[in-house]
Amino acid sequence: MLTAQFLYGGAGLVLFALGLWSFLVHEPLLRKIIALNITGAGVFHVLIAIAYRGDVAPPDPVPHALVLTGIVVAVSATALALMLGARLQDAEEEDRRR
Amino acid sequence: MTSMTRARRAARSAERNRDLSLLVAVLLALLGAALTVVYFMALQAGAAPRLADLAYERLPGTGVQNPVTAVLLNYRAYDTLMELAVLLAALLGIWSLGPAAPGFQRSGAVLAGMVSWVVPLLIVTGGYLLWVGGYAPGGAFQAGALLGAAGVIVRLAGDPRAGLPGEAAQRWLLVAGVLVFTLVGLGLMVFGAGFLTYPPKIAKWLILAIEMAATVAIGVALAAAYVGGRPPGPQARPTAEDEDALSATEPAAENTPAPSP
Amino acid sequence: MTDPLVLCIALPLVGAMLVTALPRWSVRLGIVSALATAGAAVALTAAVWQQGTLHLILGGWDAQLAIALRADGLATALVLMANLVGLGISVYATGYFHDRLRVRSFWPLWLLLWAALNGLFLAGDLFNLYVMLELLGIAAAALGALTGNRDAVAANLRYLLVGLLGSISYLLGVALLYTAHGTLDLGLLAQRIAAAPELFAVNAAAMALMVAGLALKAALFPLHFWLPPAHANAPAPVSAALSALVVKAAFYLILRLWLDLFWPITGMAAAMLPALLGAVAVLWGSWRALRAERLKLLAAYSTVAQIGYLFLFLPLLTATPPGPARDDLLAALLLMAVTHGFAKAGFFLAAGLVQTNAGHDRIDDLGGTAQRLPATTFAIALSGSALIGLPPSGSFIGKWLLMQGAIATGQWWWVIVVTTGSLLASAYVFRVLSRAFGLEPTPLKFITDARAEVPALTLALISVAVLGLASGPLWTLLGLSAAGSGTGGGV
Repeated sequence: MLTAQFLYGGAGLVLFALGLWSFLVHEPLLRKIIALNITGAGVFHVLIAIAYRGDVAPPDPVPHALVLTGIVVAVSATALALMLGARLQDAEEEDRRR
Repeated sequence: MTSMTRARRAARSAERNRDLSLLVAVLLALLGAALTVVYFMALQAGAAPRLADLAYERLPGTGVQNPVTAVLLNYRAYDTLMELAVLLAALLGIWSLGPAAPGFQRSGAVLAGMVSWVVPLLIVTGGYLLWVGGYAPGGAFQAGALLGAAGVIVRLAGDPRAGLPGEAAQRWLLVAGVLVFTLVGLGLMVFGAGFLTYPPKIAKWLILAIEMAATVAIGVALAAAYVGGRPPGPQARPTAEDEDALSATEPAAENTPAPSP
Repeated sequence: MTDPLVLCIALPLVGAMLVTALPRWSVRLGIVSALATAGAAVALTAAVWQQGTLHLILGGWDAQLAIALRADGLATALVLMANLVGLGISVYATGYFHDRLRVRSFWPLWLLLWAALNGLFLAGDLFNLYVMLELLGIAAAALGALTGNRDAVAANLRYLLVGLLGSISYLLGVALLYTAHGTLDLGLLAQRIAAAPELFAVNAAAMALMVAGLALKAALFPLHFWLPPAHANAPAPVSAALSALVVKAAFYLILRLWLDLFWPITGMAAAMLPALLGAVAVLWGSWRALRAERLKLLAAYSTVAQIGYLFLFLPLLTATPPGPARDDLLAALLLMAVTHGFAKAGFFLAAGLVQTNAGHDRIDDLGGTAQRLPATTFAIALSGSALIGLPPSGSFIGKWLLMQGAIATGQWWWVIVVTTGSLLASAYVFRVLSRAFGLEPTPLKFITDARAEVPALTLALISVAVLGLASGPLWTLLGLSAAGSGTGGGV
């Protein structure tokens, strides 16, 4: 059980580090937004991993609920970031046309 | 000459950027390694059942049988309330940025036919997931996500409003989740039970009412976020005839070929 | 059977829903919600004043399973400040926004932001704090981009992304703490961290992740890069809220974690790093404020500096043993935070009036402002004196106690930082004031636009007169809570 938790959660930490790297290194907005989502997914992985209690006991529902809440928050933030980016692109195109 | 120095400078700055990103990569690899060690230590700290046993033990008094729903709508209902507010805040932010972009061209007969099957199916499945959330995996978020997906499909099929009603009605549907949630909470407080403290006898029905309002709000918010802007104002509203065709969730009647752009 | 603890959060939330659903009534409903929320905050302060720390477990479940709300002296003082400033901003906003669409966008987002602020100050649960941080960040970025011009959208998009990164880092820290200790409740977690010194590495890593994420949101140097453009390009009432309240909320959370949760594992070395960065923030922020060409940019850089002062308190609190000297330091820290809240809000509101009146906010071309807008200029002067720390402002007492604490603990070098920062601050404030006076004849009317000028003036006056001359109650509020909680390390 501990091994499964460690491997799955460790993979989440790798995702966290990868997402962070991509966010810091890459310039384009879309890549930054995707990178943030991957970073967040890494943290969700850790939470899901610690909820696991082997094949006999049912999983801990609290981290599951936290992840559900976290996903909705991430979706909301991503939607707003994408629309701000679209608006910025429009404004830049307008400037170029002038 | 100048172009050569410029090229050299660009090459040098690219090199510096490469060095910098390598440095970032090395540092982050170290961070990842350190975090993994720390995570391993945390796993072995012996906190093991954490809240799991307690959550199952208290389950009979929550009004639902699905433990995740119990956490979301009862133990930690306040988190869920605030998270609905987060979704609404993001949508209001999107609306503040300007009107929605025009939609896609009308779908052809094949796509329209498929949409007329898929959308009702999504709505029915959403309703099922909402009900089943009380005792099995499912619940307001999953149901709301399906409703939102139905809106996305309707917009992709050519309805610029994604099948949503006019702005005034849309606003009420959007706030339904947080409003019902908060008013139930405040009502319980006024009657002496405490904010969001459900009496076990009626907990099931209060949770169901909150979940229904939340499902609608989430579905509408997701679809409206996909539309990507304020709903078109009265002057941009299509004619009555168009509106009938647009607001119908079954575009089956709509079998005219898409106008070529 | 109503609880002001709940009402402080529920009232702005219901208000936000009503202004969203009934956009035609948004100004009237918005003002009513603002008044009701501020009323709840006053009721909360009265309750804490009489009963000491309030604690409420939502849902009636066991403490570790449910979410707790709590109000101690520190939280209550900040709630009261935030709600009074919020009321001032609301009144100001009724006269500031004219465009119908902008009015309808502002009110719901502003009330959601307000609910998130109160929720954050009063939360007693780590994951709930994450949700509040996200609500705060999303509402703040959306409000900041409200003008819709390119610079504002770009700056607030960056603000949103940086804020998200900060929250994710915070959340990973929360996940580590839940893994090791099995609870999210602040009070229980504090006990378990204190009881498990063998888990030092886990606790320290969680602390580093959480504090780093929050420092990004609090704009601690060198993570402040996003702040000046975001705050300077937002509409004036939004700038006031962002600079006076939102940044402060992130700092409050750092302080809360530091003092309540991680106190057993923090030593001098841990406290030195943020304090050193804070010292650089004081000098760099003040210098950039002095060089700023625009009034709102000046105010934004001044916020970077003022946040820096707050971090200087960490090593002093660490070095001072519990007792009256440490209580004084804590009260001084709170006094500086609260004074800056009022002063910076007043400054931004006044700067917004200058901008709408003159059509620009270039400092060099402000000649004659004092004659055209005497009350506004007076508000800038008053809040400026609080930013410098002139007596009798609240920050004068705060800085005095800060320097006293620095000398008492042998950390004399902070005194140099504080003095240099104050000198730079007086330079940038006087630079604005010297430009504002022109050669035109003296005005006939002191106040030209009451709805906009009175809030700015009132907030500035509170920062100087009320907080300076009557700061005693803050000590009482903190003292009451210390007696109530009874823990050695806690606030």
